Amino acid sequence: MCLAIPGEVLAILPDRPDLAKVEVSGVRRNINIGLLEEPPEPGQWILIHVGFALSTIDEEEARAVLEFLEGLGQTYTDEIDALQDSRIE
Amino acid sequence: MRFVDEYRDADKARALAAEIAALCEPGRQYKFMEVCGGHTHTIYKHGIEDYLPENVSLVHGPGCPVCVIPMGRVDDAIHIARQPGVLMTSFGDMMRVPGGNGNFFDSNAEDTNIRMVYSPLDSLKLARQDPDRHVVFMAIGFETTAPSTAMTLLRAEQEGLENFSVFGNHVTIIPAIKAILDSPDLRLDGFLGPGHVSTVIGCRPYEFIAEDYGKPVVVSGFEPLDIMQSIYLLLKQLAEGRCEVENQYKRVVPWQGNTTALEAIARTMELRPYFEWRGLGFISHSALRLRDAYARFDAERRFELPGVRVADPKACQCGEVLKGVLKPWECKVFGTACTPETPIGTCMVSPEGACAAYYNFGRFSRARVKEASRT
Ligand code: SF4
Repeated sequence: MCLAIPGEVLAILPDRPDLAKVEVSGVRRNINIGLLEEPPEPGQWILIHVGFALSTIDEEEARAVLEFLEGLGQTYTDEIDALQDSRIE
Repeated sequence: MRFVDEYRDADKARALAAEIAALCEPGRQYKFMEVCGGHTHTIYKHGIEDYLPENVSLVHGPGCPVCVIPMGRVDDAIHIARQPGVLMTSFGDMMRVPGGNGNFFDSNAEDTNIRMVYSPLDSLKLARQDPDRHVVFMAIGFETTAPSTAMTLLRAEQEGLENFSVFGNHVTIIPAIKAILDSPDLRLDGFLGPGHVSTVIGCRPYEFIAEDYGKPVVVSGFEPLDIMQSIYLLLKQLAEGRCEVENQYKRVVPWQGNTTALEAIARTMELRPYFEWRGLGFISHSALRLRDAYARFDAERRFELPGVRVADPKACQCGEVLKGVLKPWECKVFGTACTPETPIGTCMVSPEGACAAYYNFGRFSRARVKEASRT
């Protein structure tokens, strides 16, 4: 649960400005973007922690974090498994 | 050098290792605490200690939120989960944290329904789906996680949900650092400040460490190079006779933190007069509880809690490990009676716990051999 994982914003939900459809390592889920000072644009990367975007990051940082997280092995797989079960709405 | 070759920017890492070595005064011992469990994880995974000079050592701090939950709180959670019509939810990391009478899995095998969720918002969804059940989210975590709970409470209020509440166990990092600074057991030369907590609280709250205690702080990212660079920055401050808070993780951490997140916390939660930390004992103003205005969402007020303080098992030395006084392998039950499969203490449960990180990655590290030969 302590990981912050990068995801790419696909779209803001039309009826819910506080939620965005985000892709994380091939998994597409809704993520709450209410903590960001400004709403992200589609194509932007965010750092996600327990279903909330903590901050926006640039693509290079996102790739570096992903590479690092993938290197962690099981810890990261567990996080993605947990995300897979998530149904935020 | 294993780590250096493995890392994508090997040249930079090699150069940093050399600069670190050059900054160390011969004969002086340097002890830096990495406060955050995420850092501990990286340090063992990449064997970072192996690439530091002999006289620089890293001490693991209390920044693993699962590790600091006392046994009594686990028992209280199970007590709530036993009430008729209750569905308890929490993060997966909590499931194996031992209480006085077993963990959540043990209790599920009997008569409770404690479910893992990815996000507090998933608990909200469960409450919406099943109005006949009362869903209690067991909230844990430092300031990184507290805003998520706060936002979830605000949403529950907005929706007027009647069957949702939070069992709050959020802790705050600054009082824990202060307790460590005030403890006579340990002499530290500086701190690696937690990365994600600082995205929320910013860098200013650490200034007292530099000003009142005369120790430098460098807020650090999580990759091996980040940690190496932060150690370099700490040593550079010491070498130049400076003592300040620096931000190595500027690409993610804003100096002033995240105002929206801080406001959400302040609206829904307030400091508790005191809270028990596993291994560290009672620390004043070190945790959050729900404000009176959110009393109807507060599981602690809805359900009568036994609130019994349970002493840690005799064999367990988590307190010393959390304070950085003992290295994980120095605990008598490490790797024998206490393993990630059958944890006795909490530091073995979460991957961010020092004992689990060391068990998973560090067992054959040269650092251990070095350390063992010193004692
Ligand atoms: S080995 Fe187990 S009991 Fe000992 S300090 Fe680590 S987690 Fe605690």
